[in-house]
Amino acid sequence: MMPNTKKNASRLTVHLVCLLIGIVSLYPLVWMVASSLKESSQVFVSAHSLIPTSWDFGSYISGWRGFAGITFGTFFKNTIIIVCSVVTGTLVSCSLISYGFARIPFRLKGFWFATVMLTLLLPGQIVQIPQYIIFYKIGWVNTFLPLIVPAFFGSAFFIFLLLQFIRTIPYELDEAAKIDGCSRFGIFYRVILPLIKPALVTAAIFEFYWAWDNFFGALIYLGRPQLYTLSVALRLFADPSSGTDWSAMFAMATLSLIPPILVFFIFQRYIVEGISTTGLKG
Amino acid sequence: MTQKAVKAGYENRTGYLFILPWIIGFTAFTLIPFVALFYFAFTDYDLLSSPGWVGLDNFIRMFTVDEKFLTSLKVTFFYVLTAIPLRLIFALFIAMLLNMKIRFVGLYRTAFYIPSIIGGSVAVAVMWGQLFGLNGAVNGIIGLFTGTSPNTSWIANPDTALWTLILMAVWQFGSPMIIFLAGLKNIPDSYYEAAVVDGANGFHRFVKITLPLLTPVILFNLVMQIIGGFMTFTQGLIITSGGPLDRTLFYQLYVYRQGFEFLDMGYAAALSCFLLLIVAVLTALVFKSSSAWVHYESKG
Repeated sequence: MMPNTKKNASRLTVHLVCLLIGIVSLYPLVWMVASSLKESSQVFVSAHSLIPTSWDFGSYISGWRGFAGITFGTFFKNTIIIVCSVVTGTLVSCSLISYGFARIPFRLKGFWFATVMLTLLLPGQIVQIPQYIIFYKIGWVNTFLPLIVPAFFGSAFFIFLLLQFIRTIPYELDEAAKIDGCSRFGIFYRVILPLIKPALVTAAIFEFYWAWDNFFGALIYLGRPQLYTLSVALRLFADPSSGTDWSAMFAMATLSLIPPILVFFIFQRYIVEGISTTGLKG
Repeated sequence: MTQKAVKAGYENRTGYLFILPWIIGFTAFTLIPFVALFYFAFTDYDLLSSPGWVGLDNFIRMFTVDEKFLTSLKVTFFYVLTAIPLRLIFALFIAMLLNMKIRFVGLYRTAFYIPSIIGGSVAVAVMWGQLFGLNGAVNGIIGLFTGTSPNTSWIANPDTALWTLILMAVWQFGSPMIIFLAGLKNIPDSYYEAAVVDGANGFHRFVKITLPLLTPVILFNLVMQIIGGFMTFTQGLIITSGGPLDRTLFYQLYVYRQGFEFLDMGYAAALSCFLLLIVAVLTALVFKSSSAWVHYESKG
């Protein structure tokens, strides 16, 4: 009996530790939601409390009004337009490019593949100053274009991710399709694309997260409130110099986190597998 | 032309057709900006007038006149050297807990991972700032346990501001945790069983089996986290806006200020060049040192 008791005790300890870390992990988020339901004047009175004294959904209405006459509806719409375009562009371009690298022999392939691997190690932030200057010169500042267009020309991370996946597909399938009279593009579209669906879902989810969170790009390229995405709008909303309505701020912050959290719960399996195999995400 | 040559020519064309987006995108959005970076680093440029060549002036300014440059470098190094090891140790510890065969593992993993999934957002940064503010929840919780709430704002106090950001980085331990978890699952149970038969205790098993077999994963996490750590920006801008007393003036935040607030694009480009050098040297050092501590299983 002794070893069993000891085992149970250690299991209990593990559960207690996990529970404690779980509370620390989730407390700030629950606190934010709770604060969004408190009256603005009550947010920092007994601030640690998670239960509002009176439930007040008014902050969601006042928050939604936004600022400068622009509602959060516009900020949501802008964010969704950018995120959807970026995800589409990434999937289309990266699947084509990765198929080219995985299956077709062509001259200087090694060289071009080396550029992919080098880009993978080069943090994008390093070139953001010259990139900005170029986009400024061609008149793209204050449009969505600098945030969207690059996605249509491939991204090293996702090319690498899809490439690894295509390599696991047996070559015989390509050969069989070829004998059936399929062109290269036909093989790609009819054979490979359906088979790499799980990898495409993973890539879509991660690109969704990056585009949804993209703060720096939106900050430097979108200078007019009508163009703001959620992240820039939230930052201005929380301007310390203008006496922030904190519960309204937390209400909009809560709304802005609902899509990423929903995506997480729906696609959890793909996310965990994606990280395990590629180490994506900061 | 032989049939083989015709076929090779066709493959060549289709191959280039498939990777054409990459060639265009790489040239336009990486290569040209990269070359331009080195050009602008030697100029004085405010976006409005045309860039003027100033030679090494920007770099001389960095090292002789500009104290904020050194401050931001120190802040960033301190952050990377504390936040990254703490985050990785914590991530490994939790991954080992979750690798045990206990109930509710999926539930725990989800709870632990959520802070990371939304971690880069402005919403979370704003929230963190309020939690650690003067009347924030953290002071309230300390008050619950000690009787009196501290009358201090953690993010406005020069001694604690950077630590609140380090704490936030540790709070978002989810991604390295999942990578560690995948690594742990790859270690065959038979190794541990054999070790138990030989009388090895838990500590021995950890040091002799888990750690060595995990070193490739540790290397990967280390490189990714170091590069990411040097790019830290959002937290510094939103939570503390670089203050108090420049104690949270991250390097990237300083580049942003020079470039986009003071429109000193040439100097910002020079700062970016130097950051590239730092990240390249550090990554090379980690890779070079790895042959001494990373254990690869011999194949065959």
